[in-house]
Amino acid sequence: MDKVYSNIDEAIADIQDGAMIAIPGFFACGVPRALLQAIIRKGTRDLTLTCGCGPLLGAADELRTLVKNSQLKKVIDSYGLFRSASKGMQDPFEQAVRTGKIEFEVYPMGTMAEKYRAGGAGIPAFYTPTGVGSVVEEGLVTNIEANRTPKETRIINGQKYVLEYALRPDYAFVHAHTGDREGNLRYAKTARNFNHVMAAAARVTIAEVENLVGVGELDGNDVHTPGVYVHRMIKVPRPKFAITID
Amino acid sequence: MSDKLKLKGLSRELIALRVANELEDGTYANLGIGIPTLVSDWIEGRDIILQSEIGMLKTGPLAMGDDVDQDLINASCQAVTALDGSSYFDITESFGMIRGGHIDVAVMGALQINDRGDYAGWSNPARGLFVGNIGGSMDLCAGAKKLFIAMEHTTRDGEYKIVKELSYPATALGMVSMLFTDLAVIEITPEGMVLKEVMAGLTPADVQSVTEPKLIISPDLKEMEL
Repeated sequence: MDKVYSNIDEAIADIQDGAMIAIPGFFACGVPRALLQAIIRKGTRDLTLTCGCGPLLGAADELRTLVKNSQLKKVIDSYGLFRSASKGMQDPFEQAVRTGKIEFEVYPMGTMAEKYRAGGAGIPAFYTPTGVGSVVEEGLVTNIEANRTPKETRIINGQKYVLEYALRPDYAFVHAHTGDREGNLRYAKTARNFNHVMAAAARVTIAEVENLVGVGELDGNDVHTPGVYVHRMIKVPRPKFAITID
Repeated sequence: MSDKLKLKGLSRELIALRVANELEDGTYANLGIGIPTLVSDWIEGRDIILQSEIGMLKTGPLAMGDDVDQDLINASCQAVTALDGSSYFDITESFGMIRGGHIDVAVMGALQINDRGDYAGWSNPARGLFVGNIGGSMDLCAGAKKLFIAMEHTTRDGEYKIVKELSYPATALGMVSMLFTDLAVIEITPEGMVLKEVMAGLTPADVQSVTEPKLIISPDLKEMEL
């Protein structure tokens, strides 16, 4: 069952305008930069990029280009804005969020993680204590006022919980240190972050791998993401990037 | 309204040192962005294990020079090192660990806090955005066994940060147990804020003058020890 494509543009060729794509990475670390660059080249529009913790702050050049090319409809994340308010004012993404040109929907990070876990594991929704007592409990946290629909809460054993829904993106782009040709993946250190859970959540998972090995060369004990979750693979050079966010 | 009195307090590094001294050996702790991150500079050699919500236990000191590895960062996007016994895991494991009550202490920064232990840290309304960077803060509040706040006592302009009612959007309600500032150490109790320690050279009245809620003076009040 060989899942390897020789051309990254062919690996994403079926992605249509309006698709929802999961983008893993925690700030600069573990971001699928080559696949983001491929979707920029393809010019797909009305994209929803659903993230976990600021991969588009890490891949700042890619985000700037996606905004400039008007490819984004919506971004979902727990941490997607510059820390510095003054730098944020200069940022094209934040400017598009302020004018409502791009929708920006925000959840606590652990809720983002669990939305993907539930999506990949056949659980439609879950109750979490996170966000109780904040605006997260009251309704959807989004810059688009009309979309701030109320959230359900429930008291369980005397404690209040918020109902949050599973997320099943159309695609996930993931970045792995090593993959074998059948899609078993292994991540490096803290670059694992959202990669595994997004691979499980998406309907189609496309993995860029720094090292491609033959079947049998990745020991089963070392596999982080079993190949069943991975549909297409592409070998990419090890990216070079600055470990920094604004 | 604050009278905009600004007292010269401890440096951010020394606030972090005071927090580090409060952490007992055998603690699993998570440090938020800002002053809390500086706590890691004061615990080398101590039996304290740091959890980083990116998916790492036993996060080591910041990495310098050839030790920098682009696949090894902490939750503040700083290159870090690993230690003997460090482990890596995925994000659902990390937040399961946090929400599931396995982390002893979370240390967070704050923009405002009140005497019921409610605090605001994720969004400054002056930015004019309803959305903001929540990150892992609300999960840590919901799940850590104890929540400490480390922050400067007032804003740069001398406005109250310790207030009667939050005017900024809350991160969590009633979860903070201890507050460490450049001027004082304050415990949050069901009766209110108890002033436990003041910086050398200050009186409780000085601290009260930059604190909106009424402070209860601890019978064991002492100078901050560093």
